[in-house]
Amino acid sequence: MNIHEYQARELFEKFGVATSKGHVASTPEEAEKAAAAIGGSNLVVKAQIHAGGRGKGTFTNGFQGGVKLVHTPTEARDIASKMLGHALVTKQTGPEGRVVNKVFIAEAVDISRELYIAILVDRATSAPMIIASTEGGMDIETVAEHTPEKIFHVSVDPLLGLQPFQTRKIAANLGLRGPLMTQASKLFTALYRTFIESDCSMVEINPLVVTPDGRLLALDAKFNFDDNALYRQPAIVAMRDKEEEDPREVAASEFNLNYIGLDGNIACLVNGAGLAMATMDIVQFAGGKPANFLDVGGGATKDQVCAAFKIILSDKNVEGILVNIFGGIMDCNVIANGIVEAAREVGLKLPLVVRLEGNNVEAGKKTLSESGLTIISASTLADAAQKIVAAVKAA
Amino acid sequence: MAILVTPQTRILVQGITGSFGARHAQLSLDYGTQVVAGVTPGKGGQFFEHGSHKVPIFDTVEEAAKQTGATVSVVFVPPPFAADAILECNDAGLDLVVAITEGIPVFDMVRVKEKIRNSRTRLIGPNCPGLVTPGTGEKSHGGCRIGIAPGYIHKKGNVGVVSRSGTLTYEAVWQLTSRGFGQSTCVGIGGDPVNGTSHLDVLKMFNEDPETEAIIMIGEIGGSAEEEAANWAGEHCKKPIAGFIAGTTAPPGRRMGHAGAIVSGGQGTAEGKIAAMKAAGIAVAETPSVMAETLLRHWGKL
Repeated sequence: MNIHEYQARELFEKFGVATSKGHVASTPEEAEKAAAAIGGSNLVVKAQIHAGGRGKGTFTNGFQGGVKLVHTPTEARDIASKMLGHALVTKQTGPEGRVVNKVFIAEAVDISRELYIAILVDRATSAPMIIASTEGGMDIETVAEHTPEKIFHVSVDPLLGLQPFQTRKIAANLGLRGPLMTQASKLFTALYRTFIESDCSMVEINPLVVTPDGRLLALDAKFNFDDNALYRQPAIVAMRDKEEEDPREVAASEFNLNYIGLDGNIACLVNGAGLAMATMDIVQFAGGKPANFLDVGGGATKDQVCAAFKIILSDKNVEGILVNIFGGIMDCNVIANGIVEAAREVGLKLPLVVRLEGNNVEAGKKTLSESGLTIISASTLADAAQKIVAAVKAA
Repeated sequence: MAILVTPQTRILVQGITGSFGARHAQLSLDYGTQVVAGVTPGKGGQFFEHGSHKVPIFDTVEEAAKQTGATVSVVFVPPPFAADAILECNDAGLDLVVAITEGIPVFDMVRVKEKIRNSRTRLIGPNCPGLVTPGTGEKSHGGCRIGIAPGYIHKKGNVGVVSRSGTLTYEAVWQLTSRGFGQSTCVGIGGDPVNGTSHLDVLKMFNEDPETEAIIMIGEIGGSAEEEAANWAGEHCKKPIAGFIAGTTAPPGRRMGHAGAIVSGGQGTAEGKIAAMKAAGIAVAETPSVMAETLLRHWGKL
């Protein structure tokens, strides 16, 4: 789950991570008031969408740039009116763009140094890891590739938590000395608390800046949350903006299906995440292009299969469907009946290849062949992939 | 010998009165597994009955282990209570705890893993199908089935299988069994980013196990556990290994169902894992359809 920039700022304020002054606004009038409240003559108005590349984006009304410098509250209101309610197209949004419902007004701070800090769960050590770098403001992967010596790591004992000496060590490595070291220790401690208490899988501040007047501030942040922990994070769940998500993925999650849209033409419906990935791979190996990842889980009930078909068919690129079920515990005939009913209910017209294996598979295959539907039966995974690729080419 | 568990291993089930736990406790009993106790707090003194089986239920793992001699627990309890259930097994001094539960918060697992590090209790999972040491009866009956795998697809034999994915494990096992090759033990280590037992841990056990003659190792995108296992195998493993990695076509930055299946920052790609396996002399199956075939060829059986 992702959140907006203004929500990340709210989390920082809650936990005491120092940031520049800012307020969110939903109307031009609110934007004007926010600018007046912040004060000063250097402010920035930022369109709030999840996608990156906002600064270089273009609004569908022709207005250029989703991040703008302004000098007065009136100017903030004018700029906000050009952003709010309009779609912003960036390199990450696709041509339709994303409608901007909120703007964030912040003080534009002068910067003397840009740094980087992130916390994530390191899989190799199974412990929280802090990653810091003197090269802020740029992509950390680029820094890792070109100047890896400018990145350093501190592993945190999960039972002890981040220790004060560790925060000083990071500060020293970032060249934050004197009064800045005290600010840094406080900021890193607050950031670690944010990370743990919000069940983040990653939090990244880029850039973390030092201002000419000696302040250390988190200017931009990115959060990823652990989906498994959302049940105990109602405040984080409340930040979810479904309009920023793929509607098919939102629909799938309501039926406990795991769906991820891709850009191919062969839809896959599979039980089990590993097998679902492997099915996509074998479709590609057979010369096709997978349209999606879809794991229906261990059960695969008729209702789930039905919902899955509807979601798959809402993707206009889909030209054929491959169902691959390994019915370990479940009776394949029950699954076959579910597929037949679902195909009838949605009035399926596209080629459908079904590969069933496992418990009571012969009865399942019989159900499929006697259904009167044009279902192509396959015996192995490879056979299934070849058959759906051929069927889509022939159609 | 097999690894980790034998048909004689005595099992307790945490969450035996929940629908999921009950269903799979029944299937394990039907398979001939020694399910000797259940644990559901507040239901101590009751019994879990299935056919002629009457399994006593206890309030705590410690009581269940002491009174029945169970040395292994399988955890079916819901995610908010699963970390506590695992720690309870560690406290009771069990040899092995197999956590089937999917959806445990990663911080819970980080703390559990740190706590049980260097203790006598080994954790497998979470978010895993469990493990099976097949028996010698019809359709491998009489074996030790812990978790949710279908028992009947197995066959007693000499191939060790280790995998992060449930259904892909079944796929590999079924391919082996259909060709007449049985398994020593099949271990599902789970699809979460922080788990108790790694590919490498299991490879080391298979390497030492006299009954295991060849190995199938199934991995997927995310993390570097497959590379670590492959690097070790290249140096130390005496037995032929075939491998498969799922997720070649997965887009970067997206979690593919399993919480751990994600390519991030260019790390954890299928290409990198496949290259590490090949460099270690592991025969890599091009598609999941030929996992058994690839092993049998590499092993000189085809």
